[in-house]
Amino acid sequence: MSAIDEKLAIQAGFRERLDENELLNCMRCGFCLPSCPTYIASGYDEAQSPRGRIALMKAVRDGMIEWDADVDRSLSLCLGCRACEPVCPAGVSYGHLLEDARDIIQQNKRTSLPEQAVRRTIFQGLFPHQDRMRSAAGLLGFYQKSGLQTIVRKVGFMKLFPGHLASMETILPPVPSKRDMNNRPESLQPIGKKTARVGFFSGCLMDTLFLETNNSTLKLLQLAGCEIVIPKNQSCCGALHGHSGEKQGSIDLAKRNIQAFEDLAVDYIITNAGGCGAYLIDYNHLLSNEPLWAERARQFSDKIKDLSEILVELNFHQRTEFQLTPQIVTYQDSCHLKNVMDTAQAPRLLLSHISGITYREMKDAGSCCGSAGIYNIVEPAMSMKILDTKMKHTKASSADTVVTANPGCLLQMKLGIEREGMSERVRAVHIADLLLEAIQWDN
Amino acid sequence: MLSTEIKKRITSVVGHENFDDSKAGCLVYSYDATPQFQALPDAVVSPRNTAEIAGILKICYEYKIPVVPRGSGTNLCAGTCPTQGGIVLLFKHMNQVLEIDEENLTATVQPGVITQDLIRAVEQKSLFYPPDPSSMKISTIGGNINENSGGLRGLKYGVTRDYVMALEIVLPNGDIIRTGGKLAKDVAGYDLTRLFVGSEGTLGIITEATLKLIPMPETKKTMLALYQNLEAAAQTVSNIIAHKIIPATLEFLDQPTLEAVEEFARVGLPTNVKAVLLIEQDGSPELVEKHMLKIAEICRQNEAVSVQTAGNDSEAEALMTARRAALSALARLKPTTILEDATVPRSEIANMVKAINEIADKYKVKICTFGHAGDGNLHPTCPTDSRNSEEIERVEQAFAEIFEKAVALGGTITGEHGVGEMKAPYLELKLGSAGIEAMKAIKHSFDPHNIMNPGKIFAKESRKRVVISN
Ligand SMILES: Cc1cc2nc3c(=O)[nH]c(=O)nc-3n(C[C@H](O)[C@H](O)[C@H](O)COP(=O)(O)OP(=O)(O)OC[C@H]3O[C@@H](n4cnc5c(N)ncnc54)[C@H](O)[C@@H]3O)c2cc1C
Ligand code: SF4
Ligand code: SF4
Repeated sequence: MSAIDEKLAIQAGFRERLDENELLNCMRCGFCLPSCPTYIASGYDEAQSPRGRIALMKAVRDGMIEWDADVDRSLSLCLGCRACEPVCPAGVSYGHLLEDARDIIQQNKRTSLPEQAVRRTIFQGLFPHQDRMRSAAGLLGFYQKSGLQTIVRKVGFMKLFPGHLASMETILPPVPSKRDMNNRPESLQPIGKKTARVGFFSGCLMDTLFLETNNSTLKLLQLAGCEIVIPKNQSCCGALHGHSGEKQGSIDLAKRNIQAFEDLAVDYIITNAGGCGAYLIDYNHLLSNEPLWAERARQFSDKIKDLSEILVELNFHQRTEFQLTPQIVTYQDSCHLKNVMDTAQAPRLLLSHISGITYREMKDAGSCCGSAGIYNIVEPAMSMKILDTKMKHTKASSADTVVTANPGCLLQMKLGIEREGMSERVRAVHIADLLLEAIQWDN
Repeated sequence: MLSTEIKKRITSVVGHENFDDSKAGCLVYSYDATPQFQALPDAVVSPRNTAEIAGILKICYEYKIPVVPRGSGTNLCAGTCPTQGGIVLLFKHMNQVLEIDEENLTATVQPGVITQDLIRAVEQKSLFYPPDPSSMKISTIGGNINENSGGLRGLKYGVTRDYVMALEIVLPNGDIIRTGGKLAKDVAGYDLTRLFVGSEGTLGIITEATLKLIPMPETKKTMLALYQNLEAAAQTVSNIIAHKIIPATLEFLDQPTLEAVEEFARVGLPTNVKAVLLIEQDGSPELVEKHMLKIAEICRQNEAVSVQTAGNDSEAEALMTARRAALSALARLKPTTILEDATVPRSEIANMVKAINEIADKYKVKICTFGHAGDGNLHPTCPTDSRNSEEIERVEQAFAEIFEKAVALGGTITGEHGVGEMKAPYLELKLGSAGIEAMKAIKHSFDPHNIMNPGKIFAKESRKRVVISN
């Protein structure tokens, strides 16, 4: 495809597939600008703002300008954190526009052959297959094996952040043994009186690198009285595909997950990763154009709930003793948990019930940490800039423990702590692990 | 497109990193919050200080290049749409509060300071900067000054103009002047400070402003009065003021506006009534208490079905924040949202509400109304679709008639949003041709080459506005 064909194809794709009503729905009031991390980090560049990105999409769609490297840059630098959505009075579904735009660009862009190969490895070869995820030994190994490292080198990442990958390695949790990863019953009984029957969405990263956290989650659910079903045939949620312009891949995964859960007669489907949860809850939009699937997707989405939310709903915090040694605890929101799943109060409420600790809110806790899926690998400069601001606020809170609710955020916060040389004093944990620790404090 | 030579000269002033003429870079500064206006500038320039601005203006003056100063582009009159190309001038590097002077009660700021940031900064020192346009979380002081913006507290505290004491200005030829000072009194020559307030970027670039602050009121109370009759709500406004009570805030929202706002904000606004008044009074506890009682009584006398007081400050703040989202929230109804800014004397507010509804019926368009009722300033807003030219035609006719009605009631075509390019064709309705000529003479003496925000305020001819799409 020539450069001109590429531009025309992308423009045609925008015209056919970008929702014109949604684009027009943006009345350009700019109310979203102060919430956009890239707008702030870029020194108030409108091209790095939600309003600017929507205008660029619309202009390409309408033929006012051509798609070019600068437009591409603006859309690539978006974190997809969706902080612009809950603050938009007009209710613009920015996330959907972005996902469609990225998909169209990805399908029509002339990517270099090595990049195509890498994408194929990750999106078709790795994530859809839980068994392969399990055998990818550690995230670093995964970066190397998948060839991601090649992309990383190509964008000059090593030059920009010589210490970044090295720090990355030190923050990775120990990889659980393959036996542990494979040995998981398909159902678990409640401890005490049964309060609900739930499905557990285990997530591909969560069930490999963060297996411990998944185990804590299951334990908490059991203690809260949940009978748990963990279907073996579930797969990756598809978020990574969707956010990277591989929409068809995510549609296939969505269908597999809907099938895996739909006949289990569960009240809720529980996730402990904001990034996955927000994608699962959006399946009804993802499949809205497929008449055979739309209703099934809606039923699936309606059942999605984050761990914190269900614990609060089941009144677990009122019924349980939580206790820890004195420490200052702060909470870093997972963007998607907050902005898409509207879950921001529940984790804070749970933490406030732990006796012995001091809960201290950090400034701008709701704003993105710069992790954003694989963003911190492909856009290291912006990601680290955003992380630096986040660490400034973390430090100011004097927190000993930073709590998160999503694996990407957890790794990024660990990276931030490592980069600031604070790993002796400060730890980052998943809320499930901290809550379980607080229950088992006595022994 | 700018010639290579001009480009070279401008970059030698501001540096390459502060000059952008990429297509994408220009596109994102081709619009403001005004529907149906969009045009690409030739370049976007971000100077770092007054001297750089003077340098840029000298070049633009020499080559007759249009200069469009732009804050956050939230104006609603196509005031920063570069319809004649040229350069868009940004103040993103000039966004500092330079000084808060507690002895003289002033704040000195750069033009790019965000209104809310300033308000918060002075509140930290128990001081008060009242002008609070609904867009304050993103609007800039430079934009506020140039539109002479009002806000929710305008009724008691006035508008931006009432708080501007001194300005530093770069004139189109590159000269730098200072007007006014931290002075309670100053009659040395013409009042250029006042002239530049509301000048919409057509006379010069404001590079620094000294603003008046006042002590923070001791306390405040907020209430909602609910009505099943629009005109009764509007009548209440005039009656409250006739009782010699000036509340800090007196806002009107009709039912469709309430529905849209509540859908977004979820603060428990009633959606089963035809209109509400959002009322706030501040001052000493005794005065606030006394006034709120009296106001509640007047509301009930005017058929208010219920009067509710906010339980605490955060509840009150949530109501005010929700109100600020009204316009953007109405945008969720239809693809295009056209709003107007007609303003009448307070005593005529009920007549104006009535007229708006009759005009909406006559042209078969939906009009939602909200606004600063206490200021006589209403924002009749029409959710429509710019792709439906037949409907747009009717919307324009309806708004033209609303303007005529407002002027006939002794009012004006715009109370706070400015003329810009959007309302330029209607200006003569308010000023008459002699009035326009007088203003043009002022414009010409400051800006003989017409490089400062050309096409704004003065229309080529007085006629119904042409819809410019792209
Ligand atoms: C949702 C919404 C609600 C609003 N509510 C209100 C309200 O309650 N009251 C109200 O009055 N307005 C309101 N507005 C209109 C608008 O927000 C105000 O006019 C605001 O002051 C514009 O600020 P800005 O920084 O966005 O300026 P811009 O829109 O960027 O510019 C406004 C004007 O100022 C000029 N300008 C900007 N900076 C300079 C400078 N340094 N030197 C010279 N000229 C300059 C521009 O050329 C332009 O003519 C609202 C707008 C929206 C979208
Ligand atoms: S807040 Fe919503 S309507 Fe306003 S500019 Fe942002 S996306 Fe557009
Ligand atoms: S998703 Fe996040 S980074 Fe992207 S435009 Fe919205 S707020 Fe900005």
